[in-house]
Amino acid sequence: MEVWVRRMGVGKNGDSGLLPDDDFGLILGDGESGLLLAGGESRFTGFLPWQCIVYIWSLEGTAMENGGSWNLLDQAIGPLIEDPYASRSGGSVVLIEDCVETSGAFVLHHLIKRSISPLPPHSSPVLLILVSFARSFSHYDRILRKMGCNVVVQRDNKRFIFLDMRKLECPEAMSDGDGGDTFEGGLVDLYGKIQKAVEVSIVNGGSRSVVIMIDDISLLEVAAKGSSNHVLDFLHYCHTLKTDFGCSLAFLNHEDIYSSTERSNLILQMEYLADVVIKAEPLATGLAKDVHGQLTVMNKRNFDRWKKMSYFHFRVRENNVEYFYPGSRT
Amino acid sequence: MAELICRALRDGALDGEHAPALTIKDSIDSPFGPHVFNHVLAQLSANILAAKSQSQGLVLVASSQSPSFYFDLLKSRGNDVASFHKWLRVLDCYTDPLGWKVRLMACGSISSRSPEASNTVRLCTDVRNLDNLSLSIMELGRELVGQGKGRFSVAIDSASEMIRHASISSVAALLSNLRSHDQVSCAFWLLHSDLHDVRVTAALEYMSSMLGSIEPMNRPANVQRGNSENLSLFEQNSNKGKFHVRLKRRNGRVRLMNEEFCIEQSSIKFTAVSSEDGIISQGLVPKVQFNLQLSEKERIERAKVVLPFEHQGTGKPIEIYDGRQSLNESSTESTNSSSAEKVQTNQDPGKGEIIYFRDSDDEMPDSDEDPDDDLDI
Repeated sequence: MEVWVRRMGVGKNGDSGLLPDDDFGLILGDGESGLLLAGGESRFTGFLPWQCIVYIWSLEGTAMENGGSWNLLDQAIGPLIEDPYASRSGGSVVLIEDCVETSGAFVLHHLIKRSISPLPPHSSPVLLILVSFARSFSHYDRILRKMGCNVVVQRDNKRFIFLDMRKLECPEAMSDGDGGDTFEGGLVDLYGKIQKAVEVSIVNGGSRSVVIMIDDISLLEVAAKGSSNHVLDFLHYCHTLKTDFGCSLAFLNHEDIYSSTERSNLILQMEYLADVVIKAEPLATGLAKDVHGQLTVMNKRNFDRWKKMSYFHFRVRENNVEYFYPGSRT
Repeated sequence: MAELICRALRDGALDGEHAPALTIKDSIDSPFGPHVFNHVLAQLSANILAAKSQSQGLVLVASSQSPSFYFDLLKSRGNDVASFHKWLRVLDCYTDPLGWKVRLMACGSISSRSPEASNTVRLCTDVRNLDNLSLSIMELGRELVGQGKGRFSVAIDSASEMIRHASISSVAALLSNLRSHDQVSCAFWLLHSDLHDVRVTAALEYMSSMLGSIEPMNRPANVQRGNSENLSLFEQNSNKGKFHVRLKRRNGRVRLMNEEFCIEQSSIKFTAVSSEDGIISQGLVPKVQFNLQLSEKERIERAKVVLPFEHQGTGKPIEIYDGRQSLNESSTESTNSSSAEKVQTNQDPGKGEIIYFRDSDDEMPDSDEDPDDDLDI
């Protein structure tokens, strides 16, 4: 007997055609031990008893069995934590760019929720490290509570680490040995803290996947006394965590605070670094009551698997955000 | 053209000449420089392994990807891991470029992870010091080929990173030293051109005998995002692009070539650019579902069609007075034609005939002239 798994999204809730390849797989077995078929288009040939249970599950967060499904933003981003069975390249780098008219913070909140929401059984828990230069812990706690996610509990479970960096100031005039002054001392310590947390989590056998978020880069630059070079050094070191430990990174930055005539080096460097770039902008056609802005998602990963460009509108509500294609709402 | 570049790098340097150098240049609109770099790297390593190239080894300066990334890349192209130490050395400027990790390990903040025991990789913990970097490259190269006449190639995966940490003059000095070194067979590096001033890009281009620049297929006229037309352009550019190559010969001759490329799952594919005619006709004719143009066969057949109102001639020359011939000609012709008509009339008296004299090309009356001026009223 042959079983074909295609990207049809055959779920119990009747979803169809919406799930990306990588995020569901098929287990054949008796519920305890099973045979794993990779996601995407896979074929299984062999004996299939009638009593067997077929599980279709997603690798991250919203399991299809629970009736949850990915929204447009999730589909555009793809898996935040790379499929552990697929490659060793580790996680991905997500860059969120917003502007003063349209805040991109809601995308960050969405990613926080997605990272630490309960996972399907047998999957390794995710550790989220949030480095905040912008807001306090209680701010995130309040917002995520409304979204149905309790970060205090997750913090107690050691799945959420909050680094409050609002007071970070890089010490002045540290000599780097060549007589040049640098302000990077504070950033080195911050990097040390992050790597320590990752090491502790992975060595202790807790979380196998780690997501590091920075809110936001412009304030990190302020803390580094305006030296974008030191910010880039810091980001490079964070990137090495992706290679060494398979961490995923997500950064929020403001696009419009840099010179408009020539795009800033920092923004460009970050775009080179990123696997996924999400731009939050006001509606191009003007203001509308029902639409709060537009999102453009550019996905540079996995050339065949993911849609490279996605463009849709959003509306921020009290407890959640609605994403929809232009023209699909009247 | 990518083939040509790889051949030039394979053939290496002539005695007493600078080693050939390649700058691969991309921008954020078409950020596929790393793909092209990896392609060139894989081709060159295949040539080195097959002993087809002048160089016997390769020194790779890795600053934007980890050494393990390149090992995986070369492994995926069918190279044997066990043989890496014979021909490959990696100077690791990625893992700890500024010595932060060393500092943190020293004060016990992070655990000291022993780097993979390997004689292929050497860690560089201060990329700002380009003299040391240059020295390390040479030492690694000599480890591969010895002190003799053997040559090695140098690949730098991000000249942009180097320029970020050091001044352009010191980077230029490093590259220039590499090119003029007796033991260097060829060198190539990747540059993100939009991160630097034009003069910086130009300085590196001057120092390279080959330039491969990567450009998007189409540039959006209006940068405003969210425009559906632009969105489709971005989509088009997301896995394809143009590859312009400029080759400079020793005698100063410059050759320009164009190619297109397409990114596939794990590789990059170069294709010859479609012919100019194709581009022009595609450009002029609007895209419609039906065919607006005739093929050659259709054109010939159309020329054969006899229109019903045309004078058929019935085997005789067609003679119609068009009013423009000279008087003498017209008089002789008119007699001819009248005789012909007479013959015709004689042959077939039952048929009527219309004889039409076409008006001569009268001049149009001037606007201020009275057309009835000659009338005697």
